[in-house]
Amino acid sequence: MDSAHDILETIEMIEENRLDIRTVTMGISLLDCADPDPAVACKKIYERIVRCAGSLVSTAAGIETELGIPIINKRIAVTPISLVAAASHTENYTCFAQALDRAASAVGVDFIGGFSALVQKSRTTADRRLIASLPEALASTELVCSSVNIGSSKAGINMSAVTQMGEIIREVAARTGGMGCAKLVVFCNAVGDNPFMAGGFHGVEEGDCCVNVGVSGPGVVKRALDKVPDASFGQMAETIKKAAFKITRMGQLVGTMAAQRLDVPFGIVDLSLAPTAAIGDSVAEILQTMGVEHVGGHGTTAALALLNDAVKKGGLMACSHVGGLSGSFIPVSEDAAMVDAVRNGSLSLDKLEAMTAICSVGLDMIAIPGDTPASTIAAMIADEAAIGMMNNKTTAVRVIPAPGSVVGDEIDFGGLLGSAPVMAVNPSDAERLTRRGGRLPAPVHSFRA
Amino acid sequence: MIAIVTVTGLDHTGIVAAVSTRMSALGINIVNISQTIMGEYFTMIAQCEFDETAQPIESIQAELRRVGEEQQVVVRLQSEAIFRAMHEL
Repeated sequence: MDSAHDILETIEMIEENRLDIRTVTMGISLLDCADPDPAVACKKIYERIVRCAGSLVSTAAGIETELGIPIINKRIAVTPISLVAAASHTENYTCFAQALDRAASAVGVDFIGGFSALVQKSRTTADRRLIASLPEALASTELVCSSVNIGSSKAGINMSAVTQMGEIIREVAARTGGMGCAKLVVFCNAVGDNPFMAGGFHGVEEGDCCVNVGVSGPGVVKRALDKVPDASFGQMAETIKKAAFKITRMGQLVGTMAAQRLDVPFGIVDLSLAPTAAIGDSVAEILQTMGVEHVGGHGTTAALALLNDAVKKGGLMACSHVGGLSGSFIPVSEDAAMVDAVRNGSLSLDKLEAMTAICSVGLDMIAIPGDTPASTIAAMIADEAAIGMMNNKTTAVRVIPAPGSVVGDEIDFGGLLGSAPVMAVNPSDAERLTRRGGRLPAPVHSFRA
Repeated sequence: MIAIVTVTGLDHTGIVAAVSTRMSALGINIVNISQTIMGEYFTMIAQCEFDETAQPIESIQAELRRVGEEQQVVVRLQSEAIFRAMHEL
């Protein structure tokens, strides 16, 4: 059996360094719930979710007790609803969001994701209806998360949809006081096995049902780096890889146990470092431990590149299948040291954009002034999507233009979502650019056939 | 189930006796045990077996937490799987 040192190290990681399983997410296909009558479709959706995920929360709680490691969130991701609702004779898809909300509430999960549309190339009638329903859907539900994929490296960027999403984000903010925007992600290169919210959905390439796991543990990585204060870059990478391996093994174990007990296939482990607003659970603190005085300062992007890559290298061998977003998350409101850096002027939107070029996932959980024009939000989305498209990676925008808020105000999102100061956006007008519409062509990545 | 019981806290007389007596009463068989003192800090690690169908793990954990409170130490019981997963290839 393990040495005493190994046992105590595991306990220290959990009790002192906040190692946890961030989420156990069940993916459920709803493709065969389509029905011409929206009420019948919603009934099928509700019944399917309750049947598949009825014991998800109790199973996860049992594993938590047995292993002594916290599982913070239990979630559900479903097939993008625009695909399921397309068969139904209705223009307003809010009823589908409400059915998801009821089902999520009935089974006791924290969030349900998949009120989504994939419009990277073009929009179907159903996609348009879903997007138009977003303000009402997010205003009338508690647990529903939504995402819209507006670009990909293969298809380019659907700029007409980007422009529309700028307007929709403002409408969602107006209807929900800004909070709804925390549950709406605009993606480029979205993935169908992401266990994290708000951007999780169950891709069409997936099977009927599976379990995906998202690990966490920025505190463990920071603590490991604390122990080697004079390490070179190579030594830091080695240290991070070892910590990431151990963290990911937890994800693999929990995923395997959950899948077996729920009698569904185990999908993937998402190798992301996901911070929370709690002190010591911060990605920014890792970068600061590496030697950046305040996150956002020069050197931040280089430090983040090393961190992101070493986490993947360490995690890859620790689990059977890797998927999801797999990288360091930099959601501003959910990371205490990042919030501090915004307050002290070290971290700007421009630097965050640079950071998103080399890690997951994008401009995430950022409060912007309430009067930010829709065209400016659309242009922010276009910039992020361009980074994702050109670099073959997932990027996203989740910004919150809380009505009436100005730079420096604090927006409190509650719980794990934390709070954040409103950040300044570039006042340059993007209206003439974004109103052009059409599709931004996909790039050539090489001259190979 | 094979589990690991860990006990940590400030050292004083009778911790091993109190914890192992309670474990015995709960039908937990200790198969391997080690104990050290680092400074004033007491650490005990016991590999043990019990029948989880006879008594749910939650109630065993609650009982052990209680003896921990009495002895002013922290007593945990976790499946051995978590330690094997993290430290063994």
